[in-house]
Amino acid sequence: MTFPTRPLVLGLLAVGFSALIFSRAQAGGGHYYPPVTDPVVKEECGSCHLAFPASMLPAASWQRMMQELDNHFGDNASVDPALAKKITAYLVANAGDTGGQAYGSKLLRGVTPASAPQRITSLPKWVREHREVPDWEWRHKDVRSKANCTACHADAELGHYED
Amino acid sequence: MKLRLALCCLAALCHSLVASAGPLEEQLTTYAAAAKIANPAFAGFSAARGEKLHTTRFALGKPDTPACTTCHGSDPRSSGNTLTGKRIEPVALSASPGRYADPAKVEKWFKRNCNEVLGRACSPLEKGDWLTFVSSR
Ligand code: HEC
Ligand code: HEC
Ligand code: HEC
Repeated sequence: MTFPTRPLVLGLLAVGFSALIFSRAQAGGGHYYPPVTDPVVKEECGSCHLAFPASMLPAASWQRMMQELDNHFGDNASVDPALAKKITAYLVANAGDTGGQAYGSKLLRGVTPASAPQRITSLPKWVREHREVPDWEWRHKDVRSKANCTACHADAELGHYED
Repeated sequence: MKLRLALCCLAALCHSLVASAGPLEEQLTTYAAAAKIANPAFAGFSAARGEKLHTTRFALGKPDTPACTTCHGSDPRSSGNTLTGKRIEPVALSASPGRYADPAKVEKWFKRNCNEVLGRACSPLEKGDWLTFVSSR
């Protein structure tokens, strides 16, 4: 039984190490937010809009959002309770004030996590980063919504938000 | 041993029969049974009625989504877009062969989307017609 564990552990160590180097390199720019990797979250939270990176909001935000999915910004995004539990666990574990802190802390500057903000696009830092975007650009037919990150950040699906 | 083998073969056969019916066909059978209960004169689904449902501007749900085509586009073989800019694969089965294989997914989206467009749930007749329409394209 010990035979297969050893290479597995070594393999995991190798992956973990290179992932660390990789994420350090990318986090350095301050605009890398690891994309959602969990297939369930990607499917359930990524069909109407980009599956927003968990690190862009604090854990309390995700907890509240997941409890109000039947009225999700006017849409009914509810999922069955077992799925909701799984999704919540993923989002909370990788939130900007928990596991995703290294990525999210800049974007969450000035935010009280307990206030559980529901929009990334209302975070003070997000608003500041986008204050130079002209009005006509927001209204452009290919943009239409501030939540349409991919319209301007072509690599948003990969987690990159420089323009 | 022989009996066991025979049972295995039988099981395999049954399995392949069920598999060949497919989840979409099974779901259509369920909708048909419900449609028949709602209206004893029900005589089968219609792709033409499904197309009408797909393209009609109902504007009975949310103001920014008057029709199925608002998000799915007018050509079922082309991709669509949500209002938040997410690409939606074509609804025509010929263009997206992987579709309608998960009854729970189909039901989930009928529930959401009919409400957004019609302001109510779709009837089994409407669902069956719509699925017949997209399977025929
Ligand atoms: C049925 C479609 C639908 C599904 C499914 C859905 N959303 Fe949304 N979501 C929306 C809409 C519509 C908005 C508002 C977009 C706008 O303002 O233009 C939104 C907005 C958001 C926002 C705020 C974006 C901003 O403005 O900063 C977050 C965060 C979010 N959704 C997370 C999620 C999560 C997490 C899930 C999965 C549990 C999910 N969504 C599933 C439709 C959906
Ligand atoms: C209308 C176009 C547009 C949309 C839509 C948009 N952005 Fe941006 N975003 C910009 C521009 C322009 C900048 C400024 C880039 C810069 O200063 O390098 C920017 C900057 C950013 C930055 C800071 C990058 C850095 O250099 O540190 C982040 C993070 C970001 N956006 C995230 C988002 C997210 C998340 C969304 C969707 C919820 C979004 N943006 C939607 C245009 C847009
Ligand atoms: C607000 C945008 C929007 C509108 C309006 C809309 N849909 Fe959808 N629909 C979606 C999205 C997003 C998906 C999920 C993504 C996918 O399956 O590719 C979807 C998926 C579906 C599915 C499930 C497909 C599958 O593979 O299982 C069905 C069925 C469906 N829609 C039917 C309809 C019908 C019928 C209407 C009109 C009454 C309609 N939709 C209107 C956005 C919309």
